[in-house]
Amino acid sequence: LIHFIKRALMMSHHRRKRGYDDDEGGGGYRTKKRRTNEHMEIEDRLESLILRVGEKSTSSLESNLEGLASVLEADLSTYKSKILKILVECAMKLPDKCTIYTTLIGLLNTKNYNFGGECVELLVKSTKDALKSFRWSDARFLLRFMSDLVNCHVVSAGSLLQLLDNFVDAALEEGVPQVRRDWFAYTVLSALPWVGRELYEKKESELDRMLGSLEGYIKRRKKIHHNALRVFKSDHPHPQEEYLDCLWQQIKRLRSDMWIEKHIIRPYLAFDSTLSEALQHNLPSLVPPPHHPSTLYPLPTVIFRMFDYTDCPEGPILPGQHSIERWLIEEQLRHILMSNHLERKECAAQLLSYPLKNKIPLEYIIVEVMFGEIFRLPNPLCLEIAYGSILIELCKLQPSTMPQVLAQATELLYERLDGMNKTCFDRLVNWFSYHLSNFQFRWSWDDWEDALTQDPEEPKAKFIREVLLKCLRLSYHQRVVEIVPETFAVFLPDKPSPNFKYAANGQFAGSVEVRASEHLIAAIKRKCTSEEVLALLKQELDPPMAEEDMEDNVCNPVKIEVFTQTLLFLGQKSFSHSFAAIAKFYSVLKSLGNTEEAQICILRSVVDLWKSHQQMLVVLIDKLLKTQIVECAAVANWVFSKEMVPEFSKCYIWEIVHLTIRKMNKHVAKLQKDATEARKAIEYSDSDSSDSEDESRGRRKTKPAERPTEDQVEKLEDKLEAAQADQKNLFLIIFQRFIMILSEHLVRCDTDAVDFKTPWFHWTVGRLHQIFMLHHEQVEKYSTTLETLLFTQDLDPNILDVFHQFVALRM
Amino acid sequence: MSVDISSYRDQHFKGSRSEQERLLNQSTTLYIGNMSFFTTEEQLYELFGKVGEVKKIIMGLDKFKRTPCGFCFVEYYQRDDAENAMRYINGTRLDDRIIRTDWDAGFVEGRQYGRGKSGGQVRDEYRTDFDSGRGGYGKIVQQKLQTPEF
Repeated sequence: LIHFIKRALMMSHHRRKRGYDDDEGGGGYRTKKRRTNEHMEIEDRLESLILRVGEKSTSSLESNLEGLASVLEADLSTYKSKILKILVECAMKLPDKCTIYTTLIGLLNTKNYNFGGECVELLVKSTKDALKSFRWSDARFLLRFMSDLVNCHVVSAGSLLQLLDNFVDAALEEGVPQVRRDWFAYTVLSALPWVGRELYEKKESELDRMLGSLEGYIKRRKKIHHNALRVFKSDHPHPQEEYLDCLWQQIKRLRSDMWIEKHIIRPYLAFDSTLSEALQHNLPSLVPPPHHPSTLYPLPTVIFRMFDYTDCPEGPILPGQHSIERWLIEEQLRHILMSNHLERKECAAQLLSYPLKNKIPLEYIIVEVMFGEIFRLPNPLCLEIAYGSILIELCKLQPSTMPQVLAQATELLYERLDGMNKTCFDRLVNWFSYHLSNFQFRWSWDDWEDALTQDPEEPKAKFIREVLLKCLRLSYHQRVVEIVPETFAVFLPDKPSPNFKYAANGQFAGSVEVRASEHLIAAIKRKCTSEEVLALLKQELDPPMAEEDMEDNVCNPVKIEVFTQTLLFLGQKSFSHSFAAIAKFYSVLKSLGNTEEAQICILRSVVDLWKSHQQMLVVLIDKLLKTQIVECAAVANWVFSKEMVPEFSKCYIWEIVHLTIRKMNKHVAKLQKDATEARKAIEYSDSDSSDSEDESRGRRKTKPAERPTEDQVEKLEDKLEAAQADQKNLFLIIFQRFIMILSEHLVRCDTDAVDFKTPWFHWTVGRLHQIFMLHHEQVEKYSTTLETLLFTQDLDPNILDVFHQFVALRM
Repeated sequence: MSVDISSYRDQHFKGSRSEQERLLNQSTTLYIGNMSFFTTEEQLYELFGKVGEVKKIIMGLDKFKRTPCGFCFVEYYQRDDAENAMRYINGTRLDDRIIRTDWDAGFVEGRQYGRGKSGGQVRDEYRTDFDSGRGGYGKIVQQKLQTPEF
């Protein structure tokens, strides 16, 4: 590799020289252009060399580093700023190669002290920039990098401790959100595995003092948010530790092991004699930027655990939950996941290529990390299907081990369903049914016989039922019947078919309504218009009344039901047929659904028709919302209505609730965007002063033709305000209804002297929690209103706690 | 990269190659291939809905029989969602078959019909394997089987 590097750069050097000779005495521009192109080519080559150091090679890492350092040293005069930039990028974006690049800088520092100094300065400046622009991961990795530079004798231990102390001070600062303080504490701790030993050897008392302050903070802080983020309620058999608590325990264990850790590969050890000759630099001062109310800090997390060493077969031992190795491995695996999640095959390959894979039960740790991400609260970082498809790729790459580990994981999770967070329950249902659909739905269902004797509302029984419902959506009814043993028939979903109330030969045969339906069908087949439909309905189903008595707002539920069910019955063949039906007679539905009561009637008609086809219900209600035949508030009120009590705990209902909320959020977001852009367009054109000033700043002055009028902008802003009011109202309805039904339940149980912790109670609290989690950014906007109007101090703590935990996420 | 356009170009496309490529690179429509004839719109909505809101699904039909012939178009509202379908759904199973997703320049009336001589897809004319999800043997093989040997 060294030969290749040297030759490659020598070739470009020669080419440069030739360029000078050729253009002596003329062609100045062409010379400059060729020089610039060559310059860029060399820069690209340098970047490539730097990025690729540490990859598989015939030579040792040490000799590659030595070679690269010599090559770069030669180019420092011409390409210094580019090299500096590349190295800082590597520090931020390639944290798993931290020690490789710190060693490289260490070697360069021995050859060129000034370069080392400039590196250090740029690193500190980049950290400041990262903090100012809320690039939290970049800042954290930079701090780790600068810490590791102490090991390479580039940075003095004392000046690093000064910097770390500034971060600790930020953690101890009063009057700022705890999430900010936590981040600073976490960032300092996450650098210690690299530099702990060195600090211990050189500055033991200062290190102890710093750790003492951190310990005090970590123990004192509030952890109200913890329960909001747990996957499992119980800490048995595995604790669901809060992330900062966990890392603190791991660092404490490392400290008790005298900071000796054997996991991180440290190339600088091989160069110790050379590096220790170098002069060190002091880090320029770095004081974190102060808190600003608008700053969004990373949310806290919980460390998901599902395996311990007893779950793994004979072989390499799973590092204990408080070993620093466990943390290091998980950090790295998560980083691989987040860097490669856009290419699932590469991601799986990278995960399985983890460098120390022979020393650990890698598949188990990967599976634990993956499920940790799937179950992450409030929301996963990627689409759920991303994790699902990566797990499938892992199974393809390791067909003799991965599928078994996944099966074991599934069994384990099934056993712990009783104490599982309901949001995570949904995700497990989604993942398992999706996974089965890729493996011919093969599963050892008999192992789960215990669920057969359970109350259907118990988590295990519900899990099987909901999984089979999802499998139905991905296949068809007969297939689902075939994949389970006969004993499991009780869990089978209904065969999806329309339950048409007004069937010609049904139970209401001969009635006025059935006749109206028949006439309607004939008219529709004749391709009648919406007006004709409305006339027909009025004629056949409206009660005889004098024109003056006819109030427009009185809802005729029978008329609504006959039309809605007949129309959708005609469109039963497929979703597209139903959508076409709705589109064709949109104005009839819009006219019939002129009040919330009428809209709820439409919803009831739809559900009564298609109760056995949950997927159809979801897409139909989505369509009704999209076409604004039905308003979001109507859906919310309908879900909590008495008629829906038997359906209330079924997953598809919550699918509908969440898609309703998301539609509202999207609507508000779009209006926000439109209004802001329109306001901006006006503001720039209002400033009649110096056109040239605006243009030099890159602002384009809106041309008169595209400039909206003040009136138009105000209209948009009014629309936005109205939408925001609707959004707030939607959340208020939902939360208020939750509070009502939960309070009623608590009072009733108290009166009857029974335990209130029924399955229904757990599901309902779980669904309340899910609203906060899935829509936390939007709900946050209205926290104060919610606190004042609904989640008041007099509320039962079982309900109030859910709200407090949510608020604590950002405190 | 899993979101790149493939080398397939629609020979019936009305426009230049570069125009087709431009459309492919900004498309929100995907072509889905290797489906079973029995796969339903409902199954497609469920799977493809996992990456974003589906705008429309158009089933590919046999030109003469007007029955599904093993392909379809899935259109999203956002390009991002279609890209995620390319990343996470392409090459996975639907209805126990590995399906293939590819960028489409955009649905035009008529493109929902198979272009094979027998009415289905071209690939089903020429293939020689037995595929129970796609009508059994390929059409030419089927015809050969029916022709009495002299």
